Amino acid sequence: MDAFLHQVLAGLATGGIYASLALALVMIYQATHLVNFAQGEMAMFATYFAWSLINAGMPYWPAFLLTVAFAFVLGVVIERVIIRPVENAPVLAVVVVFIALLVILNSVTGWIFTYTIKPFPSPFPPEPIFGKYITSHDGGAIGVTLVVLLLLYLFFRYTPLGLAMRAAAQNPDSARLVGIRVGWMLALGWGLAAAIGGVAGMMVAPIVYLDPNMMGGVLLYAFAAALVGGIDNPAGAVFGGFLVGVLENVLGAFVIGNELKLAVALVLIIGVLVVRPSGFFGKVLVTRV
Amino acid sequence: MSRRQLILLAVLLLAACALPFLVSNYRTFQFTLALVYSIALLGLNMLTGYNGQISLGHGAFYAIGAYTAAILMDQYGVPYWATLPAAAVVCLVAGFLFGLPALRLEGLYLALATFALGVSLPALLKYHHLEKWTGGVQGIVINKPDPPFGLPIDADQWLYFFVLAVTVLMFVLAWNMLRGRMGRAMVAIRDQHIAAEAMGINTAMVKSLTFGVSAMYTGVAGALGAIAIQYVAPDSFNIFLSIVFLVGIVVGGLASISGAIYGALFIQFVPNIADAISRAAPWAIFGIFLLGFVYLMPMGVAGAVRMGLARLARKAQNSHTGST
Amino acid sequence: MAAFLQVAGLHAAYGPTRVLHGIDFAMDEGTITTLLGANGAGKTTTLRALCGMVKTQGEVKFAGERIDGKATESIVRKGIAHVPDGRGTFVDLTTEENLRLGAYTRKDRDAVETDLQRVYGYFPRLKERREQQAGTLSGGEQQMLAVSRALMLRPRLMLLDEPSFGLAPLIVQELFAILRAVNEKEQVSMLVVEQNAAMALDLADHAYLIETGRVVLSGTSGEIKQNDAVRRSYLGY
Repeated sequence: MDAFLHQVLAGLATGGIYASLALALVMIYQATHLVNFAQGEMAMFATYFAWSLINAGMPYWPAFLLTVAFAFVLGVVIERVIIRPVENAPVLAVVVVFIALLVILNSVTGWIFTYTIKPFPSPFPPEPIFGKYITSHDGGAIGVTLVVLLLLYLFFRYTPLGLAMRAAAQNPDSARLVGIRVGWMLALGWGLAAAIGGVAGMMVAPIVYLDPNMMGGVLLYAFAAALVGGIDNPAGAVFGGFLVGVLENVLGAFVIGNELKLAVALVLIIGVLVVRPSGFFGKVLVTRV
Repeated sequence: MSRRQLILLAVLLLAACALPFLVSNYRTFQFTLALVYSIALLGLNMLTGYNGQISLGHGAFYAIGAYTAAILMDQYGVPYWATLPAAAVVCLVAGFLFGLPALRLEGLYLALATFALGVSLPALLKYHHLEKWTGGVQGIVINKPDPPFGLPIDADQWLYFFVLAVTVLMFVLAWNMLRGRMGRAMVAIRDQHIAAEAMGINTAMVKSLTFGVSAMYTGVAGALGAIAIQYVAPDSFNIFLSIVFLVGIVVGGLASISGAIYGALFIQFVPNIADAISRAAPWAIFGIFLLGFVYLMPMGVAGAVRMGLARLARKAQNSHTGST
Repeated sequence: MAAFLQVAGLHAAYGPTRVLHGIDFAMDEGTITTLLGANGAGKTTTLRALCGMVKTQGEVKFAGERIDGKATESIVRKGIAHVPDGRGTFVDLTTEENLRLGAYTRKDRDAVETDLQRVYGYFPRLKERREQQAGTLSGGEQQMLAVSRALMLRPRLMLLDEPSFGLAPLIVQELFAILRAVNEKEQVSMLVVEQNAAMALDLADHAYLIETGRVVLSGTSGEIKQNDAVRRSYLGY
């Protein structure tokens, strides 16, 4: 029972990280109907930025905030410069651009920082402060995730800019008719998604150690989470994230062994896509002929 | 095919045959790998270029072909040439089976599913319950085949000619298929899915078959690759292999047979040049080339060559018929 | 005197298909003008062209300033509100969120609140449903919402695309009465595209008849109502 509880709580912690990344994916999907294959690498790149700051002597939380800002700007720039030209291009072209982004970010990071694995600090103390079933970092990660989600919710629900972004994502034509600059809303969305990804990266790095390839598995779990929850439903993505995190840990520890944990993501992704593409909470899309 | 094209191909083939005697063994080996990749790219191009089904996981089929060959040779003593038909059959079936659920997935979703396959494959290969076949993390080592009948060439040269022969065969078969009814059906489905269905094409069958044949080609390439490199290990078959293949068909040219060759030369030789700069450099270059080709030359090298030749032909015609 | 809205030689095309072949018309400030015509005549395209949603050639002047070729978002900021055909409702947002979006470009927060209450005064049913998801409103209510959203801009000119479409005659009467009231009390000029010629001519001061992308007839609504050809083809008697 002890072990089970431990796995569930650890699963919630990683689940929170998956939920954050899944949320970033859903935000971009809602606005563009595109899946950002490079979301993981963007998060990884931001995390390396944080590492550089901390390595240069900056204390953790200022570095954290600066990294979030950096990731935001990175997202905006990528959308305006790289994605905008292919906004209306055929799917294959867009997928190729995303893959190119993935590859460039990965290799540039390897170039600048080398592929040696580096430790990344956690802002939470090494002694367990949330009880014996969960490490401080895991508990802290859940807390950070919840704070981020709360801030996002408040932003989208109660601010005029958040309202405008929602409108632009749902109905760009009508949004233009009320004067919303839809292009910039898109860029802002990318910025926010990248910032969330950066937070996720900084929360996961202490667990898996910093390395240019660290987000590959995380991205896959985030895809699974987003699909399970409904690729166009932000709350679904969050639910999916926590669910996938717990499933991964529990199945990995008690049923299939740690090596096949990634296969869980694969099965979930293919399973959801084939059986119920709209996930638990998504809208069922009917394509017009 | 026009007479001029046939003559050009014959010259190319002659040059290819002469190659191993003109360059070092190492160069010959590199060209052998380029040929292997060209078969893999042809497979992927069939699926993505001609049939419009995006695959970001074709490295998985390459791996299946490679492991099939390696296991047969290592554990069952099967001669190297016999592993090719085996790898072909295994991958044909695997591809067809994967293609069935993939029928329900379009564009982005299929890309996502195949991406997941590509990312999780190394972990599946390392699974310890399968270790006695796959050799786990360490992989399997196999021997280089010797030239048969005591021919006066060395093993590397024999390997080159063997791969060349298989390549020519696979390309001829593909060319035949793609310009026939199957090829036209594939392209019809890519361009106008619903109209194709309405015209009576059994889209489900065509799409699944295309997946199967495409996987078969890439699987055969994998088997050849395993024989050439004499080694298979899980980490060589990660998502980046699938991405390399994608780079190959985008740079070479989608929906183009010659594109497979241009692409293969690109993915074989560019990393070697780039490696000198930094271990990370080849990928940065791949990424930049990908972006460049999507924005500037979406038809790939094959497309550019085609346009260039067309322009030359027009010029020749204009001067031939005299000025206005 | 230069007209409030002046359109000269407007051509528009969707890809290779030309839809407008040189539209000319003008409007004075404070008036209601209607564009009549059958399906496919080019009425909706004209409105979309005014808003920069279609590629055009020709000149469009609003309050003396050229707006042809400008982006929709900038044209809105000049005080032109467009009520599109199909209503353009943000179906997943609440009624009140839809209304607030109409005032997105405005900086005068207090005036926006006053306008919100005024709009609820015109359409009490919207106030009842303010927290409801806009997609669950009836057709008539969504039309009222669309008109109200446009009013929230405090526009100088309102473009309405087939506001009577799919609505019961009583509701249309109610709606048009409110449009008349808004025009008189708040000096909002209106350009109304309509297939329902009879009701449109009752509402408007001036009318233009469009056929296959050209203006073929113009005059006051009284004159147009008397016109034999119009009576036979569009008014049915």
